[in-house]
Amino acid sequence: MTLETILFILFAGIAATTSVLMITRSNIVIAALFLILNFGALAGLYLLLNAQFLAVTQVIVYAGAIMVLFLFVIMLLKPEHERSIYKIPGMKIFAFAIAFLVFVQLAYLILFSSSSEKVSPDVQASINAGTIETIGRELFTNYILPFEAAGFLLLAATIGALILAKKKIE
Amino acid sequence: MTIWEILGFALLKILVIVSIMLLTVSYLVYFERRISAWAQNRLGPNRVGWEGILQPFADVLKLLLKEDIVPYQANKTIHTLAPIIALFVAFTTYAVIPFGPTINVFDYSIPLVVADVNIGILYVLALTSLGVYAVTFAGWSSGSKYSLLGGIRSSAQMISYEISMGFSIGGVLLLAESLRPLTIVETQGQWLWNAWIQPIGFITFVVSAFAETNRLPFDLPEAEPELVGGFHTEYSSMKFAGFFLAEYANMIVASGLIVTLYLGGYNIPFINIETLGLPAWLPVLIYISAFLFKMAALLFFFIWVRWSIPRFRYDQLMSLGWKVMFPLSLINIIWVAALIMIFNL
Repeated sequence: MTLETILFILFAGIAATTSVLMITRSNIVIAALFLILNFGALAGLYLLLNAQFLAVTQVIVYAGAIMVLFLFVIMLLKPEHERSIYKIPGMKIFAFAIAFLVFVQLAYLILFSSSSEKVSPDVQASINAGTIETIGRELFTNYILPFEAAGFLLLAATIGALILAKKKIE
Repeated sequence: MTIWEILGFALLKILVIVSIMLLTVSYLVYFERRISAWAQNRLGPNRVGWEGILQPFADVLKLLLKEDIVPYQANKTIHTLAPIIALFVAFTTYAVIPFGPTINVFDYSIPLVVADVNIGILYVLALTSLGVYAVTFAGWSSGSKYSLLGGIRSSAQMISYEISMGFSIGGVLLLAESLRPLTIVETQGQWLWNAWIQPIGFITFVVSAFAETNRLPFDLPEAEPELVGGFHTEYSSMKFAGFFLAEYANMIVASGLIVTLYLGGYNIPFINIETLGLPAWLPVLIYISAFLFKMAALLFFFIWVRWSIPRFRYDQLMSLGWKVMFPLSLINIIWVAALIMIFNL
C-alpha cells in the first residue's frame, strides 16, 4: 500500500464513523462536535486529491465559521424539546425506508455506473488546478459573472437577515 | 532528500520548537508578573531563586499537585477536551512561521520553518478559526452560567475580529503575491517592511491579534469583575494550566505572525550582512537573533498594553470590531491596491 492509500483509508474511515456518530447522538452539542471532526476528515480527503485551496476553505468556512454559528444557536436556544419528534408513531419505519432508498441509490451509482471519461491522466495538471493561483485567476476572469452574482446574492441575504433580526430600524 | 530524511528533519524541528515554546511560555508568565509589578510599583515574584528566576518551575509544580475538580453538572469528556483543543491550536499554528532563512548544512538545504507550505497564511487562518471551539466548549461543558456567558461572548468576539484580521492580511498578500510565509518575508526585503507601506493594515492586524488572543483590553471572555473567571471558572489544576499555557503560546504565535507579515521577519534594516565578510555560520545566527529580538519586543508590547489600558465594555468591543476595524482593513486593501497601480511595486 502506498502512503496515499493508507491516508485515504484513515480519512475516509474517520469521515464515515463520525457522520454515523453525529446522527445517533442524543446530545446535540456532541453531535456538532462530530460534525466538525467530519469536516476535518473531508478537508484531509481534499488534500489527498491535490485540492489545497478547497481543503483550507473547508476548514475555515465550514469547520471554523458555520459550525461556530450552529453551536451559538444551540447554546442560546437549548433545543431540549426537539426530542419529541421521535415519539411520532411510524416515524422510525419511515426514516428507515428513506435511508434504505438513499443507500440503494448510492450503491447502484458506485457499483454499476461507468467511470468518468473526463478524468485527466495528467497528474501535474490536477495539482496545478487545485492551487489558489489557478482558482483565483479562473474566478476573476472566466467566472467573474457567477462570482459577482453570488456576492450580490450574499449581500442581499445579509441585508434581509438584518431586517428580520431588527424589528425596527432607526 | 529521501522521505525518511525529510521526516527526520521535520521531527527534529518540531522537537526544538515545541521545547523552546514551552520554556518561553513559562518564562513569559514570569516576565508578565515582573513587568506588571514594575508597572504598579510593586516587587513581584522575587523569592524563588535569584530574582525569582525559578518561579515558573514552582508554579508548574503547584498546578500539577493541585486537585483536579470537575463540577457535577459538567460534561466530562468535553470538559477535558477543551483545554486540549486550546493547546493543540496554539502549538500547531507556529509550524508555518519562519524564524530564519534557508540554511545549508552537510549538503542539505533546510528552511528554518517546520512546515514550508505554499498556503501557509491560509493554514494559520484555518487553525485560528478552530481556536474558538476551545473557549466555546469550555464555557458550555462546565455547566455554569458564568462559564457559558464567557464562552458565548468569546465566540462572538473571535468571529468578529477574525474578519478584520483576514482582511488586513489581504494587503500583505497583494504585495507579496504569495501565501508562503518565507516568500512574504523575502519580498519585504531589508527595510521595505509592510508596517511602513501599509500602516493601517498593521494597526488593524495588531488590534485583531490582541482580540484573537483574548488579551486585555479585549479579555471579555474572562472579565473577572462580571464573570468570575469567564470560560475557565470551573477549571482547576493542570486543565486550567492548559488554558493558561495556550493563552501565552497564542501570544508567541501572534507576535511571530506580526513579525513575519509586517516587520520583515528575520531581516535587519540598512545593514547588508552578506557583504560584511563574516564566517559562513554567523549571518544565520544574526538573522535568527533579529527575529527573536523583534518577537521579544512585541511580547513586551503585549504585556505593556495589558497593564496600561482598561477593559472595553462588551458593546464597545463589538462596535469597534465591526464599525472601525473592519472598514479600516477594507480601506487598507484599497490603499495597497492603489500603491501597486501607481508605483508598480
